[in-house]
Amino acid sequence: MTANNIAVKIRNVSHQFGEKGDRHHVQALQQTSLDIARGELLCLIGPSGCGKSTLLNIIGGLVKPTSGTVEIGNTVVDGPLPQEIAFVFQENALFPWNTVLENVMLGLMFQGVPRAERMARAQKSLAAVGLADFMHHYPGQLSGGMRQRAALARALSLQTNILLMDEPFGALDEQTRMILGEDLSVLLARSGKTIVFVTHSLGEAVFLADRVAVFSARPGTIKDVIAVDEPHPRKPEFVTTDKFTTLRNKLYTLLHDEIRRAAAEAGERPTAADIAT
Amino acid sequence: MNDRGSRRDRLLSRLVQAAFVIGLLALWYLATTRWGVSHLLLPNPLLVWREFVDVLSSGEFLPDLAVTLGELAIAFLISSFSGVTVGYLISRSQYLIRVFEPLLAGIYSIPIILFLPLYVLLLGLGPASKIALGGTISFFPIVLSTIAGFGYVERIYITAARSMGATYYQLFRYVLLPAALPVILSGLRMGFTVALLSILGSETLASLAGLGHRIVHLAESMDMARMFAYIVFAVAIAALLNTVVSALEARGKRR
Repeated sequence: MTANNIAVKIRNVSHQFGEKGDRHHVQALQQTSLDIARGELLCLIGPSGCGKSTLLNIIGGLVKPTSGTVEIGNTVVDGPLPQEIAFVFQENALFPWNTVLENVMLGLMFQGVPRAERMARAQKSLAAVGLADFMHHYPGQLSGGMRQRAALARALSLQTNILLMDEPFGALDEQTRMILGEDLSVLLARSGKTIVFVTHSLGEAVFLADRVAVFSARPGTIKDVIAVDEPHPRKPEFVTTDKFTTLRNKLYTLLHDEIRRAAAEAGERPTAADIAT
Repeated sequence: MNDRGSRRDRLLSRLVQAAFVIGLLALWYLATTRWGVSHLLLPNPLLVWREFVDVLSSGEFLPDLAVTLGELAIAFLISSFSGVTVGYLISRSQYLIRVFEPLLAGIYSIPIILFLPLYVLLLGLGPASKIALGGTISFFPIVLSTIAGFGYVERIYITAARSMGATYYQLFRYVLLPAALPVILSGLRMGFTVALLSILGSETLASLAGLGHRIVHLAESMDMARMFAYIVFAVAIAALLNTVVSALEARGKRR
């Protein structure tokens, strides 16, 4: 990775919630450093509460780190950068009082896109995610999968170089999740965007990512980075190959100890759901 | 079929409602003509109807109605403006919400009508004391619903808008306001209703003019049929205003 090939430079980022000695004090992230290359899809995976979502919010300028810096290009992140970074959140972050089309156009207005361009750009990105026929529906009238497609369209219409996705398919059922993952791989292969994708799912991580960063249990830091050397867009058959299985097993081994440690600290026994396949 | 069934159900309940009202009127009529209930307590409904028509056609009700509606309008204007403003300012800080929401809810639960004698002492028997009372009583549901509306907007909407670069004005206009509006509108409707009730009520207790004042005046001069006609008139006005306000609320909430 050469210096001008780096899209996001994370340097010694630590974050704590509350003050030391406080009852609510939590050391979420500890001394995390990582370079994210231009155009790569990086997955962050780790046990619950390891700080991967916190790191995503720090990259996006929504949370200020306790110490350390994140650089985008040559600027240090100090607040949201709507021209550079778009988000897709896990929860349903569409405004329920607006139609899908209005939601996308509102995002464009917030970003500062001239009025005349908003309609065409919104329609184009909604068509790209397959929602052309549902533009005038309200979010409440759509299924969970369609809502996340709409949220993705809103983020894509902003035409940022960086896309941050916080477990965007986390609340969806397995089948919907698989289809959305396949579509996302096709959609993003062409875009050349730099994508950081937080997930709980090992399979999702291997299927989508160029690299997977595995987090340790709290206080979280990056334990290992696994490269997935497979061209985009990935074919659905990729999941049945030995390569896929080997990589997933490798991730499983890396994660398993951390999930045990995280669970022991939280005083619970891990459940099958903590290690999603 | 289901649709037809539900329409028949609706029609049936309308019929029962109509039969209930007609039955009440019949009882009233029988009580005055057959069962010898004193006309000083309960005048003949036909007589009341004649008086009601006379009140309407003579236009005698106009000055009193103007006083009551004027008091209501000013009281509601004051309480809705101050309630929404104060509620919004409180809702901007979790600390202020924690301090003031229980305090205001506590005051709301005491009978503020007890302040009427104080208001009359301070402001006299004229409209000012009614406006003050109506304004005070309706302030509370409005301020509380405004706090609830603005103070509990889902954080994710605010985070999403911020991440896309929304300015403070845009955040208010396109996120906070539409999120809070349905709750605030409910509060405004409740405020309007309690303002009307308390103004009519306080007019019957201590006043110089207004519909409530007229009703007490007629009762004191034993003109029972006309008093009942005015009660019917006041009920009709209240029902009409509440229907209008509810329709406005429903329109504001529709999206």
